[in-house]
Amino acid sequence: MSRMLEVRWHGRGGSGAVTSAEVAALAAISEGKYAQSFPSFGPERRGAPVVAFLRISDEFIRIRTNIYEPDIVVVLDPSLLNVVDITVGLKENGKIIINTGKSPAEVKAEFGYKWPVITVDATKIARETIKLPITNTAMLGAFIKVTEAVGKDALIEQLRERFGKRAEGNIMAMTRAYDESVL
Amino acid sequence: MNKRVGLEASHAVAEAVRMADVDLIAAYPITPQTHIPERLAEIVANGELDAAYIPVESEHSAMSACLGSAAVGARTFTTTAGQGLELMHEVVYVASSMRYPIVMVVCNRALSAPLSVWGDHSDVMAVRDVGWIQVFCENNQEAFDLTLWAFRVAEDPRVLFPVMVHIDGFTLSHVTEPLWLPEQEEVDKFLPEFKYPFALDTDKPMTHGAFGIPDIYSEAKKAQEVAFLNSKEIIRQSWREFADVFGRSYAPVESYKADGAKTLLLTMGSFSETAKIVIDEMQAKGESVGLVRLRLWRPFPYEELRQAVKGAETLVVFDRAVSSGMGGPVCSEVKAALFSEAVKPKVAGVVGGLGGRDMSVKDFERVINRGKEIAKSGSGEIIETVGIRG
Repeated sequence: MSRMLEVRWHGRGGSGAVTSAEVAALAAISEGKYAQSFPSFGPERRGAPVVAFLRISDEFIRIRTNIYEPDIVVVLDPSLLNVVDITVGLKENGKIIINTGKSPAEVKAEFGYKWPVITVDATKIARETIKLPITNTAMLGAFIKVTEAVGKDALIEQLRERFGKRAEGNIMAMTRAYDESVL
Repeated sequence: MNKRVGLEASHAVAEAVRMADVDLIAAYPITPQTHIPERLAEIVANGELDAAYIPVESEHSAMSACLGSAAVGARTFTTTAGQGLELMHEVVYVASSMRYPIVMVVCNRALSAPLSVWGDHSDVMAVRDVGWIQVFCENNQEAFDLTLWAFRVAEDPRVLFPVMVHIDGFTLSHVTEPLWLPEQEEVDKFLPEFKYPFALDTDKPMTHGAFGIPDIYSEAKKAQEVAFLNSKEIIRQSWREFADVFGRSYAPVESYKADGAKTLLLTMGSFSETAKIVIDEMQAKGESVGLVRLRLWRPFPYEELRQAVKGAETLVVFDRAVSSGMGGPVCSEVKAALFSEAVKPKVAGVVGGLGGRDMSVKDFERVINRGKEIAKSGSGEIIETVGIRG
């Protein structure tokens, strides 16, 4: 990876978008890369639309602004598609990764997206693995499948550190989403 | 062996406090500083740090508790932001005048109203004159390094002043990125045990903070000012020693690609990193621009600043606060610092990044270009705010 990858995560307050960005950053850092993750700054409100940002690069990251032109957009909650324009600033060659039971073709037809869409039913996976409709760790699986920005092993290691006793379910969610993502 | 880890800046600060083996922490949580006391409370509760943690009921109490702690010679830490710093304001003066070497990390935040939890330097400017040593950080490594360093310089028997370490609220406090953590032995080598020469002791009673009648108040203030100015040399020295132990160097004023540049931009804090990108981009287009950053805000680095801007035609000072009726506070201090110079750059002030307003690379290019125009027109007194709508 010679250039910087910029990612915007869309979630709802409490859905773990910030954790997704942070765990991905920590995994990249553990591989010797440079990474930066941060929340959309503001008073946290459960359920309100939130965004989190992630940058990964082979070089030291100096920029300290929000991400205005992401390479990748990850949507943790499909209901957000009707609420916010998740494509704002998305690069011409960008990609959209969405948690939904629908196929990429269905989503593209419904919302008219011109970018490649990758879908995975992360809510279903999360309910079956961690027994909760919290999709952030599953979406990490889809994210690394699409971008190859960090290795699966590094991510598993970070999930283990972050989730302790609850790690196995989250690792399963991540690996299942990795396998079940559809382009 | 140093360890490369990913940490949020707030947690990097907490880690520095842990490695500094502080004796007492008294803090009240406030956005965007919350993660620092949260993590420290956890570290103390887990037994990772043998310290007293006082969950005080206000920032005023936090600083008051710190005074008592420092008075008995305990290594003392607190942290706050924005309105919290305002609430503790009167006690902040007491800490410096009583020469208590307390370390405080401030997650810089705008002041109300309108209510804002987001970052700028309004809170810093309100404590400009309180007699604390004050430094700015640009990234997580610096947040760790300068928190650790702050104890060393504060507690030096030739200094004995409290130190404020500024990290930008959210744009630094909430960012996770890689940094190097040192070994405990290296920290111990750099930071000796705190031996406060005037610690309260029931066996040898003495008075701290007595009345200063008119006969003595001026002398006390003069002595304080002389000691404060003398701390500059120790600050420089301690940064050299920091570099010897940890391999990273700091200076009161730091430049980036500024040699021979006709136009210089001056910044403080984490936005300086974004400003470096615009310097790269404008230089690539053949423009003669460079960057100067104030690392040390108090005591003000007059001499270093004069050296850093020598030869430049234009100096654009970027302020993240407004001194109502006066303009950018950093700009007015920079002008004062250069006033006595026979040859000096034209100085223009631009205000921006208030209350969490993001400053993009393009915004900084606008700041530089607008600053050049203001300086050219000769009306350096114009107060400009970048990015204002309608």
